[in-house]
Amino acid sequence: MCGIAGLIHRGKSSKVGHELQGMLQALKHRGEDSTGYALYGDTDGKNFIMRFKVGENVGEGSSSVMEDISVYDERKKIVDNYLSEMGAKIIKEERILPYSLRYEIQYDKKDLLEFSQRIESIPGVEILSMGKSLEVIKDLGNAKMVCERYNLDKLVGTHAIGHARMATESGVDIKSAHPFWGYPFSDVSVVHNGQLTNYWNNRRTLENKGMRFMSECDSELIAVYIAQKMREGASLEEGMKESLVGLDGVFTYFVATKDSLGMAKDTMAAKPLVLYESDDLVAMGSEEIAIRSILPQEIDTYDPFDGEVKVWQI
Amino acid sequence: MANLKNVSKKTKAQAMGMHSEVLTGRTQQKFFNPDEAENFYYFGTYDVDFNKRTDLDVKDMTAADANKEIDNLMSQGYGTIVIKNPQGKHSLGVGILNKLNLIFEGSLGYFGMGSCDGPIVRINGRVGWSCAENLMAGKVVIEKNAGSCFGAAIRGGDLICKGSVGARTGIDMKGGTIIIGGDAGAFTGFMMQRGRIIILGDVGINLGDSMYDGTIFVGGEIGSYGSDAVDAELTKNDQDWLRRKLKVAEIGENFDLSKMKKIVAGKKLWNYDNLEPTEKKGAI
Repeated sequence: MCGIAGLIHRGKSSKVGHELQGMLQALKHRGEDSTGYALYGDTDGKNFIMRFKVGENVGEGSSSVMEDISVYDERKKIVDNYLSEMGAKIIKEERILPYSLRYEIQYDKKDLLEFSQRIESIPGVEILSMGKSLEVIKDLGNAKMVCERYNLDKLVGTHAIGHARMATESGVDIKSAHPFWGYPFSDVSVVHNGQLTNYWNNRRTLENKGMRFMSECDSELIAVYIAQKMREGASLEEGMKESLVGLDGVFTYFVATKDSLGMAKDTMAAKPLVLYESDDLVAMGSEEIAIRSILPQEIDTYDPFDGEVKVWQI
Repeated sequence: MANLKNVSKKTKAQAMGMHSEVLTGRTQQKFFNPDEAENFYYFGTYDVDFNKRTDLDVKDMTAADANKEIDNLMSQGYGTIVIKNPQGKHSLGVGILNKLNLIFEGSLGYFGMGSCDGPIVRINGRVGWSCAENLMAGKVVIEKNAGSCFGAAIRGGDLICKGSVGARTGIDMKGGTIIIGGDAGAFTGFMMQRGRIIILGDVGINLGDSMYDGTIFVGGEIGSYGSDAVDAELTKNDQDWLRRKLKVAEIGENFDLSKMKKIVAGKKLWNYDNLEPTEKKGAI
């Protein structure tokens, strides 16, 4: 089933980590195999923030194979070496969990494709996000558990999207959890509720064009599809509109960039979405109770129509 | 285009496109045989007094607890209940089989007012997916917008949304009337079998797709017609009926009814009437 939620503050910052946690926790009955956050924090915009994992969470319910922690250490060392070789300077390093790390990196090149390919050539290493504002945090468990594990409650930013997952199309692991980074674009992330039925056709086409897939989760296709459209010169909104034709199946998805947040709904309108829009805040979720967690007062909400695409700026 | 005017031996109701309309629901059935009335008992019903009024704050209650409390209040004879702080909770007000004035001061989540038979409900907010699913009788008025599958499979009663609704409004409906003040999404009237839908605004694609019977009236633009949905002539009888219905619904009273489009089933689909008796039994 899965639940998605997103919010964007226009003209101000807020504790988006805390707010999104409340929204996703309200949707936990839609799935709590894993929960993911894409948070756009307030930064000076000078350095890249790289969230990456060197292994999987092998806790209860996980479909991953347990590895020795020394393997994680070895992978981290190789990452550090590669960064050094590519001229990327680590400004700040946090090892939040044995398998999950956050680096602030000084890196001057704009093209992240070569950078990402090099890092991800290390078996077991995956970049969860790369950007100057974006941080993707995802792990097994419900929203509250993940928020506490990664201390997201105090993160201040402008916008965020998130996902509460009930695994149906692929395993219960971090690599299949949402949000997906719009590799190799800085600060692009995607969450999706639904099922894509032309996944393999699209995947083969995109792989032939040099795009990378890290999981077998159909939702990853949206991130890659949009990223490819942007690579070809389309704007975010244009890419999203093209996806309504190019992607087959039922879906509602959100895409976020450094300064915008967008939603798209398939032409069958088969997946739910409730939307609240005001001058200074847009909040949306699979169910109204997600929005109510941050706006308990009586408000006007609505369901976007079939085939609708909307994009908001901060 | 269906030419209902020229169909012989049709009654006035039949000429309006309601030729197979059979309203159902407890309040519309002839079951009050004086000899049987003594033994008649409808589970979950109470004698209530509409002048006996109370408030119920459900802010810190689960939907199940709130519904039990509504039932409890009805058992005490309360005929008017005002629900405070529903805050988008799912499944509120389901399974009410009573005459009751129920007022929600706020919005409901999914499946609100499902499987009801008889209450008069006003929701001063918005409703989520599948509001009033399986409504048998009564009236549900939503002051703001509604989600998808609005009035799914209703058998009777009036369901009114003063704002806009999502996709698949009136899917599989088998009776009753749905009135929309704003726009409606895709697949409105999908697989409807009986009943009437009135939309004052625009509708999305595939209107009346695979409809077996029933009538849809649209005041605005139509995205596209679904399979077997065809235009029909809007008669004077239709306009009279629409005027009365909109007046009762307190919505669109000044709407120019001559602009309404009437859509009915083309009757080319597989349908019950064409079935062999054994198949018919299985389908029912």
